[in-house]
Amino acid sequence: MKANLVFFASIREQLGCDGLVVELPETCKVSDLVLQLSEEHGDLWRVTLTAENLKIAVNQELVSGDPLLAADDEIAFFPPVTGG
Amino acid sequence: MKKKVLICEAPFDLQLEHNELRAAALNVGAITTFVGTVRDINQDDKVRGLHLEHYPGMTEKELDKILSEAESRWRLIAATVIHRVGDLSPGEEIVFVGIASEHRGDAFKGCEFVMDYLKTRATFWKKETTIDGERWLETRDSDVEAAKSWEDTSGNLTKG
Repeated sequence: MKANLVFFASIREQLGCDGLVVELPETCKVSDLVLQLSEEHGDLWRVTLTAENLKIAVNQELVSGDPLLAADDEIAFFPPVTGG
Repeated sequence: MKKKVLICEAPFDLQLEHNELRAAALNVGAITTFVGTVRDINQDDKVRGLHLEHYPGMTEKELDKILSEAESRWRLIAATVIHRVGDLSPGEEIVFVGIASEHRGDAFKGCEFVMDYLKTRATFWKKETTIDGERWLETRDSDVEAAKSWEDTSGNLTKG
């Protein structure tokens, strides 16, 4: 299945990438996705996407834990927010 | 409750927003507004400018949720949140929160609550330019504590 990834703010800059479409196995959790990205893109991606304060949203809802992904999900990675 | 959420690059018109809140209903008896502006000093460094980025789609949803949560806690008649994005200079207005209610207690609390939750939940990120270059801002502990304080109490002092 395919999923859409988007990266924001410092995460986007660290990865040098604002988003991409990935092909995932039918059963795939967020942690599996991060593992796959780390294997495909290397250490910089592994370190960035496993940072302690990293926030992850699936279909524009913040997630906690390690949910299962579905086809065409939009998965966003970003740092803690600083608006206002 | 009448809700308005707007994310834009252009400056907002305070008088216009105030008038809209006042015109929401004839039983409006209190309007509180908060305006956040760009400071020229942060962490002892001179700030030349600020760039604001957000997550289109998610930001609007989060702000809408925050307004709904405020509505469930206090008696509110209308609520407006406007947040600017893009490049801003010191002195410029970034954020507007306005609350209309029958009585001042609900309006004061609602306004503070919406700002506290916006700070920790709405998907905006600030990058500032100082003489030393650019840097992404980090969440302040005091903002996290302020948002948490609403979870420790019911906050529900005037409703029901």
